Amino acid sequence: MNTAGHSKAITKLLLHLHPNKVDEQSIKFTRTFGLGGVAALLFVILFITGMLLRFAYVPSVKEAYDSIIELQNNVVFGQLLRNLHYWSGMGLVLVSFLHVIRVFYSQSIYYERRKNWIYGLLMMFLVLFSNFTGYLLPWDQLAFWAVTIMTNMLSYIPFIGDALADMVRGGDEVTEITLLRFYHFHTGLLPLLMVFLMSIHFWLVRKSKGVTVQTSEKREMVPTHPNLLYKEIVVALIVIVALFLFSMLVNAPLQDKANPLISPNPSKAPWYFMGFQELLLHIHPGFGIFVIPLLVTAFLVYIPYMKYTDLKVGVWFNSDKGKKLTLITFVFAVLLTLVVIVTSEYFLDLRDWMPQVPVLISTGLLLLLLYMVPAAAYLYYIKSKFDAAKIDIVMAMFTILITAYIVMTIVGSLLRGEGMHLFA
Amino acid sequence: MKLKFTRRTFIKRAIYALLSLEVVYIFYSLLGKKKDGDVVDGWFDAGNINFFENNKVYPFGSAHFYLSRLEDGGMLAISIHCTHLGCAVQFNQNKDRFVCPCHASAFNKHGEVLSPPATRALDIFPISIRDNKVLVNINNPIRRDKYEASQLTYV
Ligand code: HEM
Ligand code: FES
Repeated sequence: MNTAGHSKAITKLLLHLHPNKVDEQSIKFTRTFGLGGVAALLFVILFITGMLLRFAYVPSVKEAYDSIIELQNNVVFGQLLRNLHYWSGMGLVLVSFLHVIRVFYSQSIYYERRKNWIYGLLMMFLVLFSNFTGYLLPWDQLAFWAVTIMTNMLSYIPFIGDALADMVRGGDEVTEITLLRFYHFHTGLLPLLMVFLMSIHFWLVRKSKGVTVQTSEKREMVPTHPNLLYKEIVVALIVIVALFLFSMLVNAPLQDKANPLISPNPSKAPWYFMGFQELLLHIHPGFGIFVIPLLVTAFLVYIPYMKYTDLKVGVWFNSDKGKKLTLITFVFAVLLTLVVIVTSEYFLDLRDWMPQVPVLISTGLLLLLLYMVPAAAYLYYIKSKFDAAKIDIVMAMFTILITAYIVMTIVGSLLRGEGMHLFA
Repeated sequence: MKLKFTRRTFIKRAIYALLSLEVVYIFYSLLGKKKDGDVVDGWFDAGNINFFENNKVYPFGSAHFYLSRLEDGGMLAISIHCTHLGCAVQFNQNKDRFVCPCHASAFNKHGEVLSPPATRALDIFPISIRDNKVLVNINNPIRRDKYEASQLTYV
């Protein structure tokens, strides 16, 4: 009973992710850089390699590490399998981050796409959480201490911090309970949630009639097959080949088996959280862990719900002026962040200078102001000098946040050595 | 967005709220702490009191504490977990202090902060002396902001 309509069900289902015809503008590579598609592809690769890894991996303190060694040494292509999972996991973090930046600067998050921005942020969080829970599983020194540091960061959240950290770990230290818990999050709940959210995400893209295009330019519809499909296949193949080549050449790191008595020097969080760790070296944890992330999240969520007068959906940086301003803002934010890092590292000792002031004020609020005041002055400057519109200001704020995080990540992961000293 | 509140939406939202609460509750109790506070009272036997000389620090790695005996014979069982982000501190004999390898916090033999980023003194464990044996209650770390003489245990 294989009537024409029912044959090749899987191919057809996949094709139905796309409409029959697409706007010619929307399939130019520079419109999306294929980032969303690559992220989806990486997720599928992670899913497949992850399911295979589950057959080799034993989630217990006694056997986790040895099962990874066994996988690497005695299973045919075992090391390659692990490398593929590891590097696509890292790739997914990077690609998702770039994807967020792409949709933001191409003004693709407003009006009917608001909801998808929220779902996107949620997925970004899930991707980070997935990677982080996976990071613990090999149970080596790197994994154990990164998770110890990260979960202890949680405990600085006022009032609920300790309870929250204990809940994540299942106790006050990273133990087998933590390992098991992370394993189930990593290989059960999180992938399930991701599949669910991805479906909504794709559906909402189609509901908004595809990715954004510039309405001012001429628009022409072309058949999806082959115009878009071939491009997608080429990009997918390139990603897959690159991933395999990379995984054949570079092994996923594995240090000694976890030892709760000896912390490596320095102990670092996973690279995508190094910006956080860097922030924490300077500012009071109440701010670093709680106030700042809360404000940033609120800001990100709120962006598409503000009222703008001069919004050009689908136009990169909204206008040529916006593009120029973004570039200047980027340079400004790099400099400001570096200056504040160096100042706070070598010249500031707020706690000792004002011992009678609570540390929450001296190393918290004051340090935040040290960054915010110049930033605000800068925003005021571009507003009066360049006659920047509200959307330009919001873009500049976004640029400052992203740039600051990138700079802190680079300083934290590359420039800090023993004892977390700069240039050690 | 205007808030519309009819009977129907009210009932719907009430049901959603109840369901979410239930889910949160189940999740919370599943993930909630396994071992409750003081239930397990594990006293670790650190050895005979006469073994510990004054003004010396003895590591008990497997039990996650250092036994610090001060000049006057008072004792502290100091946790190895740095109060900054939980790395394991090491006792540095030459510098006579605990140092943390992760972000370079340092603590003196009382566990007090000598250099940041840590802000709080190292946790301690209760000590009890029975039949000349030093017993340390390793399941009940005590948080403290700073060192006080009352924390010492004497023979
Ligand atoms: C979709 C289903 C997934 C399954 C079933 C799965 C399964 C696993 C398993 C069994 C391990 C332990 C083996 C090992 O450590 O090499 C692992 C590790 C890991 N996973 Fe996943 N995973 C999935 C998705 C993801 C995603 C979405 C990410 C990241 C965004 C990710 C990132 C990682 C990382 C970084 C490790 C540590 C790898 C290592 O050190 O070897 N995984 N995963
Ligand atoms: S964990 Fe000890 S200094 Fe950060």
